[in-house]
Amino acid sequence: MADFTVLLPGVLQPLVGGQSYLTASADGAVTVGQLLDSVTGEYPVLARRLRDETGALRRFVNIYVNGDEVRRLKGLDTEVAAGQEVLIIQSVAGG
Amino acid sequence: MATPESYLLAIGTKKGLWLATSTDRKEWSLSGPHFLMSEIPSIGIDTRDGKTRIMVGVRSEHWGPTVVHSDDLGATWTEPEQGAIKFPEDTDAALERIWQIHPDADSRPGVVWAGCEPISLWKSTDGGQHFELNRGLWDHPHRSEWGAGYGGAAAHSIVVDPSGEKVHVAMSTGGVYRSLDGGASWEPRNKGISAYFMPDPNPEFGQCVHKIAADAAVDGRLYAQNHHGVYRTDDDGENWNSIAEGLPADFGFVMLTHPRREGTAWVIPLKADGERIPPDSKLSVHRTHDAGNTWTELHAGLPDHEYNAVLRDAASVDTAEPVGVYFGTRGGTVYASDDEGVTFTEVAAHLPDVLSVRAAVVVGNPAGAEAPLAAAEATVLAEAAVIVDAAAETAVSPEDQPDAPVPG
Repeated sequence: MADFTVLLPGVLQPLVGGQSYLTASADGAVTVGQLLDSVTGEYPVLARRLRDETGALRRFVNIYVNGDEVRRLKGLDTEVAAGQEVLIIQSVAGG
Repeated sequence: MATPESYLLAIGTKKGLWLATSTDRKEWSLSGPHFLMSEIPSIGIDTRDGKTRIMVGVRSEHWGPTVVHSDDLGATWTEPEQGAIKFPEDTDAALERIWQIHPDADSRPGVVWAGCEPISLWKSTDGGQHFELNRGLWDHPHRSEWGAGYGGAAAHSIVVDPSGEKVHVAMSTGGVYRSLDGGASWEPRNKGISAYFMPDPNPEFGQCVHKIAADAAVDGRLYAQNHHGVYRTDDDGENWNSIAEGLPADFGFVMLTHPRREGTAWVIPLKADGERIPPDSKLSVHRTHDAGNTWTELHAGLPDHEYNAVLRDAASVDTAEPVGVYFGTRGGTVYASDDEGVTFTEVAAHLPDVLSVRAAVVVGNPAGAEAPLAAAEATVLAEAAVIVDAAAETAVSPEDQPDAPVPG
């Protein structure tokens, strides 16, 4: 089993009891989508903040795998290997 | 401290919610913002059953839309874990924005309607905690031909008659649709309403109706503020006739009706589609007492020079006697009248664009009577601190992520 860690921005941490990261375990590599399914399973409000009802990543939510934004990779189908850092950051938006 | 004699004014803006309370509708105590940096396009205040529930449509540019409610006048807020409004999987649709939250009649406690973007109608039977999609409207064969107004494609007006069987909704753009079976099936009812911007200016549907409201006492009578055009129907939408004569302009967004008195309605005209400012840049409310046959300009307390529009849900009436009239501008000024619009006083200024306003005579409840606004302020400060800290910790500059969307 491999352990995976998803780092959360401060503004989302109150939704998970103040935790700055969430963890999941899996056999081998997982996709970003599968990892989100796993870590948000107990936190449906957090799940809705990240993805809409169709499962699409919200427009101004960015997810980085080892520093690469997943939209430039395979989106939510991007594979995450054990030990890679998964970071969620809201994009700079608004006015 | 809120008492049963108090008035509550909820102000939804582009960057959060403010709450104001008053005992005389002249002096107001303001608290907020709640949900700082999230827009608040819809508010519903439910005072049925001797309780006060504030329901709010919240939309974060980052984190999406949701519905929250407070049973203690804003001291605390509850968001249903699974979300109050969620498109069923088979629709392949996602909620964009909640445009309308409409508590039903006193005789149907617990029933709350919502109008949303994408164009959809929803009904809750548990006081607004969970809503079901109205399939009759969603599956309507016209849906693929409905369009979007400048603000988006949404069902924004919901009028339910006392029986609960007759329901009118208005959408931009699609026009007015009517159900005679409580929402199971729908037919367009736009005869007489102009769609001058379409090749056929008198289509069966496709009108850009900005707001509809029901007459308080005459069954079958509704009023409509259209995208150019002010109308009345006396036969449940079978025929609409212009009542714009006597107004300085027929463009605008607001249509309010008296909660009890026949023939009384208020509009806030704007000059034109292409010039969305008050006529002669003078901000006025116009009122009719005879169902639109004549109009009276009401300007006392309002500025002689104003260049901001008043949006469709940025206006409200309360149920007191005499009725209070309230509205806010896109310039962030909010006005209240305790005499049906004859005179206005300023409640707040320099807020963000006002998107929604709702007012109610507060039926105090134990949880809310303890000093709700002080508690709300504490909540807001805590929320703001989290947001500021988070922004400082995690903000990434556009240069660092050149492909990331960065709206102006």
